[in-house]
Amino acid sequence: MFKKVLSLLMVSVFILTLAVGCGAGGQNDTGENEDKVKIAMVTDVGGVNDQSFNQSAWEGLQRAEEELGIEVSYLESNQDADYIPNLETLLDANNDLIWGIGYKMGNAILEAAKQNPDQKYAIIDYAYEDTPDNLVGVVFKAEQPSFLVGYIAGKMTETGKVGFVGGIKSAVIDGFDYGFHAGVKYANPDVEIIRQYAESFTDSAKGKAIATNMFQNGADIVFHAAGAVGDGVIEAAKEQGKYAIGVDRDQNYLAPDNVITSAMKRVDNAMFNMAKELKEGNFPGGQTVVYGLKEGGVDIAPTTSKHVPADILEEVEELKQKIIDGEIVVPFNEETYNEFISENIK
Amino acid sequence: MLDNILESLAFILGTTLMYSAPLIYTALGGVISENSGVVNIGLEGMMTIGAFFGATVGYYSGNPWLGFLVGGLAGGALALLHAIASVTFAADQVVSGIAINFLGPGLALFLSRMFFDGATMTRPIDLEDKIPRSLDKILTKGTFIEKVFNQYDTVYLAFILVAIIWFILYKTKLGLRIRAVGEHPKAADTLGINVYNIRYLCVFLSGVFAGFGGAAMSLAVVSNFRPTLISGQGFIALAAMIFGKWKPQGAMLACLLFGAAQGLVVFLGGTEFQVPSEILAMIPYVLTLIILMGFVGRATPPAADGVPYEKDSN
Repeated sequence: MFKKVLSLLMVSVFILTLAVGCGAGGQNDTGENEDKVKIAMVTDVGGVNDQSFNQSAWEGLQRAEEELGIEVSYLESNQDADYIPNLETLLDANNDLIWGIGYKMGNAILEAAKQNPDQKYAIIDYAYEDTPDNLVGVVFKAEQPSFLVGYIAGKMTETGKVGFVGGIKSAVIDGFDYGFHAGVKYANPDVEIIRQYAESFTDSAKGKAIATNMFQNGADIVFHAAGAVGDGVIEAAKEQGKYAIGVDRDQNYLAPDNVITSAMKRVDNAMFNMAKELKEGNFPGGQTVVYGLKEGGVDIAPTTSKHVPADILEEVEELKQKIIDGEIVVPFNEETYNEFISENIK
Repeated sequence: MLDNILESLAFILGTTLMYSAPLIYTALGGVISENSGVVNIGLEGMMTIGAFFGATVGYYSGNPWLGFLVGGLAGGALALLHAIASVTFAADQVVSGIAINFLGPGLALFLSRMFFDGATMTRPIDLEDKIPRSLDKILTKGTFIEKVFNQYDTVYLAFILVAIIWFILYKTKLGLRIRAVGEHPKAADTLGINVYNIRYLCVFLSGVFAGFGGAAMSLAVVSNFRPTLISGQGFIALAAMIFGKWKPQGAMLACLLFGAAQGLVVFLGGTEFQVPSEILAMIPYVLTLIILMGFVGRATPPAADGVPYEKDSN
């Protein structure tokens, strides 16, 4: 008897947890104004206040609302299984464009785009081999800000050794990896770079162990592109009184004395630009749009000036301009890196 | 040459201690619960909630030990749900444990958004407000001893608790009762031991320990909580407990082994020794499997482990 009651209880707890998972937000049900452009986004599991790219994406849409008068809304996903139902919900709400935030939603968005050819879709951090006409993939040139922070590291290291901690090797992480390497070598060819992959994006303890090892082996600045593993990297810098470089957003707040700069993706700018293009009728359907320094899609953190001397910052600004002008083409994988080194470093 | 070897060894040993401490707390939790006859696969969820409360209370109060304590109590509170389901209502202990593993992270996420303006991760805690490193001032910087033993106090507390739990389980009347309840609850009951009370106590304590394990992650290993901070440690601790044959000292050794393997992997990954890091990352798990199969021998759980006790049934 008790068992039955209990199993009923358990089941309801389960269902409740799942239901709580997909909370809705934003102002998405004032669809009276027909000629207003409507844009909605589905967050990945981080949610809209994740202090990372979901939050940045939502800020971009909010700016589009203020400056372009676009109607915006979002749905949060608390687990991977929420993507498809969330996309369905937005499809029914007559949106002009539906965003998926994060590569995790790659397949869900592609399926939705194929099934609903009249609905426009876009996704952050995903490039398709073959993009349907109603879909846009948006990717960032992560190698460019990585190059800039690498340059800063190469100039600022006192031991002549810096480190790179990667999450799991992939094309995206390669961009950070080789961009950083190129930047360091461009600043000073004699600086040695230690590279290690954690084979995880979540194991903070491992990140801490790797960075501790790098610091003990003489590195004094470590850059990470490893998600939550990076929390451990920054923690190690904090404990050992060394420097770390953050990623994706300005991570200085995690350790104000130790995070000297961050390689940032400006997801907000990408979202805003796309809203503008959509409003002007220039939606680049069927393409993969690449945002770099030139488009304001990547940058280094605004807090960089706290730790980095003004003369190095000036040089970084010059480098930015050179990258924008195409004078410097930053490498993004092993092959382009080797070319870069043989051309630029004597 | 010798210096290099010593330095590498110091790094591996230091990493072993850092890595295994949270696992030891949690595995101890498993030992207590299962010795009383309640399977607890909800350790992961209890660890997560402990990590969240540890980081949150630590951040707002500025007192890491208070955070650590509240983290433990939060784990204990979640464990009480498991106890109600599996002891009072004699439900399937695995199912209720799985429910806890869903509930823990969900609750942590929900509360995090409440306490931190909608953010899914807590604000970082300053170095001086983390769990202290008492040996930091005593040991000379850069020496072998310093590199190995300059750890957060939670590391040493973990070992002290192993000794205490060992003593309680094997040297006290209470321990005898716990083990009797885990082996043969009916016999214990006829001798006047309250099976339910003992099991409630043990499940609660297991939650407290798992909560400590989580808080040791969020207050010592790093200084903030995020939803992925606890991803698998609870299950590794569970495996370590089985590996350690349901004994506190065995579980501790298993956790140390796992930590050492991680230290070795990180060390090898940083040397010229060319092994793909994917392969290296497997070592701790493969090593655990091999030792479990080859060297530990038959591991027998307490006879009534996982069997709900109902007074009126036979």
